[in-house]
Amino acid sequence: MKQRHVISVLVEDHPRVLTRITSMFARRGFNIDSLAVGRTHLPGVSRISFVVEGDDRTLEQVEKQLNRLIEVLKVVDHEGPRLERELALVKVRVEGIEERIELKEIAEAFRAQIVDVARHALTFEVTGHPAKIDRFLEELSNYGVLETMRTGAVAMDRGERVIKLRARREAV
Amino acid sequence: MTGAEVLLEALVREGVEVIFGHPGGAIMPVYDALYHRKELRHILTRHEQGAGHAATAYARASGRVGVVFATSGPGALNLTTALADAMMDATPLVAVTGQVPTTAVGTDAFQEADVTGVTMPITKHNYLVADVNDLPRVVKEAFHIARTGRPGPVLIDLPKDVQNDAFTGDFPEQVDLPGYRPTYKGHPRQIERALAALSAAERPVLMVGGGAQHAADPIRRFVERTGIPAVATLQGLGVVAADDPHYLGMPGMHGTVAANRAIHEADLILGIGLRFDDRVTGDVERFAPNLKTLIHVNIEPADIGKVIEAQIPVVGDAAWVAERLAEGAGPLKIEPWWRRIRAWQAENPLPFPDDGELRSQAVIRAFGEATGGEAVVVTGVGQHQMFAAQFYPVKKPRSFLTSGGLGTMGFGLPASIGAQVARPGETVLLFDGDGSFQMTLQELATVSKYRLPVKIVLLNNGFLGMVRQWQDLFYEDRYSEVFLADSNPDFVKLAEAYGIPAFRVERREEVEDAVERVLGEPGPVLAEFRVKAEEGVFPMIPAGGSTEDMITEPPEEARS
Ligand SMILES: Cc1ncc(C[n+]2csc(CCOP(=O)(O)OP(=O)(O)O)c2C)c(N)n1
Ligand SMILES: [Mg+2]
Repeated sequence: MKQRHVISVLVEDHPRVLTRITSMFARRGFNIDSLAVGRTHLPGVSRISFVVEGDDRTLEQVEKQLNRLIEVLKVVDHEGPRLERELALVKVRVEGIEERIELKEIAEAFRAQIVDVARHALTFEVTGHPAKIDRFLEELSNYGVLETMRTGAVAMDRGERVIKLRARREAV
Repeated sequence: MTGAEVLLEALVREGVEVIFGHPGGAIMPVYDALYHRKELRHILTRHEQGAGHAATAYARASGRVGVVFATSGPGALNLTTALADAMMDATPLVAVTGQVPTTAVGTDAFQEADVTGVTMPITKHNYLVADVNDLPRVVKEAFHIARTGRPGPVLIDLPKDVQNDAFTGDFPEQVDLPGYRPTYKGHPRQIERALAALSAAERPVLMVGGGAQHAADPIRRFVERTGIPAVATLQGLGVVAADDPHYLGMPGMHGTVAANRAIHEADLILGIGLRFDDRVTGDVERFAPNLKTLIHVNIEPADIGKVIEAQIPVVGDAAWVAERLAEGAGPLKIEPWWRRIRAWQAENPLPFPDDGELRSQAVIRAFGEATGGEAVVVTGVGQHQMFAAQFYPVKKPRSFLTSGGLGTMGFGLPASIGAQVARPGETVLLFDGDGSFQMTLQELATVSKYRLPVKIVLLNNGFLGMVRQWQDLFYEDRYSEVFLADSNPDFVKLAEAYGIPAFRVERREEVEDAVERVLGEPGPVLAEFRVKAEEGVFPMIPAGGSTEDMITEPPEEARS
């Protein structure tokens, strides 16, 4: 059965490491729904999060093929209770005062911020679960959406569970 | 020290003795440094692909890491086929390619190509070295990655200015790769489970692949002790000796009836160092339908469960695990199983139409008998390759070198060079096809240059025979673009032009004498056998089929 998975990958912060990963996904025919990358508090370690869809077998292969890459330090499929967030910026055309008021109400309902105001455009910033952002965008689709930018989901396990890296070892 | 000197020093520290390669502008500092390091033997091939396949065969025949050099752009790109080939067949290689200076990278400079980009999916790992002080670490890591875990090719792209830069760093003693820690020792609990399952099985079969070539000793002991029937994939030939009574032959598309039937009926398969390639399994859904337990031993976790679900996965080194299995297992009580297998074997010897016509099968068998199965055999890709796998009785591990995963025509001749360099005292027999041979025949010059005594057995059927066979069977005899005979060169004159003695054989009766003549030749020799064109490799399981679809004999009309 196909399921949506959010996967965090800790990688060595080397040039082309992202290319290696996305090229592997493409080659093996795994589809990426969204992707986000950033540094971590650990020097030289970046964290990537992927949203992928697939059955158990596909997910097992995704994890194993990721682990095969030399610069991949750790792969975690967030299966338990997790926090999942995405940020989006949305620019919408506004004509009259009435529209302006309606849009403000929608924004409030979704706890979106108006971060930029112009004569004929409003820009919203919204964060939350990707599904919430989907719904927000759906609401706005009745208006003149001019531009959207989504960051892709990031995730972390709830509670005290953390992703641990093995200590660097004096190796071979 | 310059970067170029650092590179060579690092190679010497890794124990490298031989390098295969071809120079060019962007790698000239390295070749200049090589001029002074006489302890490194360089084999100059006439094409980088040849250097790559030679290094591959060297690695597989010797158990060491193969090393290959090429220049930037076209030189490096000529290596790609060999890298992909080594990747598929899990061969440890380190390729060093020159690159345009760091200041020119990204400007479409003369002979610039994005070699790390191009080779990303066909190498186990690759590096672009921007700082000369990183070079010893990179070389050390490259060798470590190439030879451990599932072995594979690692490429180091080295810009020309870095080759000239002054080195001020150190040579590390150890590697530190936190993201790369192959599991060497199989989990004891899994090994216990494997042993229990084995002793309970009624119809067990051992399958060995290329990843077991270094584990022949413990595997042979295991077979001896348990009495288990054994099959070997194309890359696994020689792990169990061909004359071992437990050996049933090769499974898969052109495997023996006994090997395929045994797998079809097996309730337990112990697979060591193989990845269940589609040429072995055919239709995965119908592969081994009676299987209850697959014990899959592989050092690469991603190869376990990728194609066939394993009830007992064992991640670990084939030799380490086989050693434990050989220690822990006792004789299996499987007489009824053996009776069935013996019946399949008796009823289905490999089809061998020895009717007075000159056929590849007879030639290969004659070489097998004359060498006692002890030669190092190298092949091209096609019918002749499959005939070699079927009819040459490989006795020793690391002694059947062929392009399995990628199926690279042109592998043969350069690979025979690497094999002979790795095993100088032994007979290297190349069984090549007329089509395959012409893809890399420029390496006759390399054979000649180094007077390598390879025995080239050209099985000339005047066709791209394997393609023709598929056209016979699946395309109603429409022989589209497979005819070579009208334009093949005179292979005897061709070899002679390179200073290699050669002769031609046209009749079945001449085979035994020809074999003697080839093996009696102290140096290189080419023997062209004009074999029958209308010939097919059988048995055959059509692509995507199962043992039930096996064609054991050529259809009537194809026999003429
Ligand atoms: C580089 C490459 N190109 C094409 C093929 C497809 N192919 C597989 S076998 C074959 C024919 C090989 O002919 P030959 O070497 O004469 O061997 P034969 O089958 O006649 O024994 C071809 C074209 C291949 N495997 N490799
Ligand atoms: Mg041919």
